[in-house]
Amino acid sequence: MKKLLLALATTTAVLGFASAASAQEKAKICFVYVGSKTDGGWTQAHDIGRQQVEKELGDKVETQFLENVPEGPDAERAIERLARSGCGLIYTTSFGFMDATIKIAQKFPDVKFEHATGYKTAPNVATYNSRFYEGRYIQGQIAAKMSQKGVAGYIASFPIPEVVMGINAFVIGARSVNPEFKIKVVWANTWFDPGKEADAAKALIDQGVDILTQHTDTTAPMQVAAERGIKAFGQASDMIAAGPKTQLTAIVDTWGAYYVKRTQAFLDGKWETTSSWDGLKDGILTMAPYTNMPDDVKAMAEATEAKIKSGELKPFTGPLNKQDGTAWLKEGESSDDATLLGMNFYVEGVDDKLPQ
Amino acid sequence: MGIVEAILLSVITAATPLVLAAAGELVAERSGVLNLGVEGMMIMGAVCAFAATQLSGSPYVGVLAGVGAGALFSLLFGFLTLTLVANQVATGLALTLLGLGVSGMLGESFLGMQGIKLQPIAVPLLSRVPFIGPLLFRQDAIFYLSIAIVAGIHWFLFRTRSGLKLRAVGDSHGSAHALGVDVIRTRYLAVLFGGACAGLAGAQLSLVYTPQWVENMSAGRGWIALALVVFASWRPWRVVAGGYLFGAVSISQLHAQAFGIGIPSQFLSSLPYVATIVVLILISHNRRMTLINTPASLGKPFVPDR
Repeated sequence: MKKLLLALATTTAVLGFASAASAQEKAKICFVYVGSKTDGGWTQAHDIGRQQVEKELGDKVETQFLENVPEGPDAERAIERLARSGCGLIYTTSFGFMDATIKIAQKFPDVKFEHATGYKTAPNVATYNSRFYEGRYIQGQIAAKMSQKGVAGYIASFPIPEVVMGINAFVIGARSVNPEFKIKVVWANTWFDPGKEADAAKALIDQGVDILTQHTDTTAPMQVAAERGIKAFGQASDMIAAGPKTQLTAIVDTWGAYYVKRTQAFLDGKWETTSSWDGLKDGILTMAPYTNMPDDVKAMAEATEAKIKSGELKPFTGPLNKQDGTAWLKEGESSDDATLLGMNFYVEGVDDKLPQ
Repeated sequence: MGIVEAILLSVITAATPLVLAAAGELVAERSGVLNLGVEGMMIMGAVCAFAATQLSGSPYVGVLAGVGAGALFSLLFGFLTLTLVANQVATGLALTLLGLGVSGMLGESFLGMQGIKLQPIAVPLLSRVPFIGPLLFRQDAIFYLSIAIVAGIHWFLFRTRSGLKLRAVGDSHGSAHALGVDVIRTRYLAVLFGGACAGLAGAQLSLVYTPQWVENMSAGRGWIALALVVFASWRPWRVVAGGYLFGAVSISQLHAQAFGIGIPSQFLSSLPYVATIVVLILISHNRRMTLINTPASLGKPFVPDR
């Protein structure tokens, strides 16, 4: 009996020692990327956020990331690998990682997860998102001013709420300036394929659009727009290098502040499940400099941006009809976030059939 | 420029890398070697072509670098599978993974750089023919090369003694060896040629299709090229037909969407693959013809008895 007690005591001591030692080790913060960290778009923006965490909390945390993780079954393996390797907090940075994140989170209740742009949470899974649509509303207004033909081309990735929301915001913005404005939508069914994105851009330009915007991740469409001499909007990162005379502005994702805030909360033991959805005013997205446009258009864009930041203007505010003409929002009524996050319908003015 | 012309121009750009890579792989497979590393060789070609273009300022130097990189990379495959007799399927898959990784590393310092496009060369007189001129005779050098290479392969395989030997090696390496053909040497050359073509296809991606470097920019085109070889039942001109059919369907579906036809985009996106399967079924209907063209020793290792 004495021996057993002694053994127990030793084990406890060893265990206690081990946990004390690990507390002095740096916490491991991990990221799962859908693309390459240098794609010049979506994933690069997340990686810049990761670097900011390293920079500001580098004495307390170390970061790790996995690139080019395909959405689907592979994602599960990748996330599980990170969870097993001792990551305390894992950011999964693509919509398609949602179910995989939830599944692995159930297996590892002690690991915290943060999933970008999704809508499923759990006791150890938080979600975070950015109100990209605020930027797309501004882009729509600029497009309506800049387009001579009144038709813009929209290269979309997958028919998920976030993308549909973006298309709607763009159209609502454009129609607030020119009620006759039209857009043509092409679904590339990929986030990342420069060749296919370029083909989609060419198809749209060949069919007569003179402004291009994209919700895919590479600079290929910007490059085609530059070659054909039309104007375009950048996505996720400032793409001005790919089109110095082409880019009007870009929605720039600036995740850094959020990552630092949440990682700090994790270190302090104050991490909780939240569904955060910040916008222009919180600095989670910023507009790249308004370039290649006349001063009056620039002034309009800046005024709209200021109004969105102050909360005076909400892009999804009535009167608005759905695509089929049925009423959606009454005069002055704004959409609630739940409807936006599950958006599966077009507003009036979109000339496309939404893939279901 | 009319809409039909515009569509066809995009089709040519989209189909050229597929045709090139598939044509090269066809020669390797005709010699009995199944190289699943096309994607890896292609992406190596793409990154080296882009890098060399940036460093030298000339896209033609880039094209040469792409070809060289593809060939060099395939040499690794040749050494492993022909000299060391490693499993071809496993080695090919490893080559693809290695290529994707190494290219990302090599290309890191070239990311976000402005590409230099390989400019079209107008063929005198012919380029002025209405419709056909701008389409076929105002293209870049890689397009002209792709057609010349396919014609050359056809001539070589079916009109020359060396081509006959290569096919003999692919059909029955034992018999060819007994007749005094150097099986290993023939296969090395075929693999090298396949690598060079895949590298050229990669150069087209980073110098013509989208003049930029991003990781994974081949985005699965190497796999489509591999499928095209089977689709073409190992006949060179059918590779062209298959590549252009695939390109045509993928480009027209984008136009159909932009036009607002209202067919679900997922269905349209899958059309190129559906079309490929339909044609495959039609072709394989005639089993005897398929068997005649399939290299009988495909994928089988050869160890000469000493």
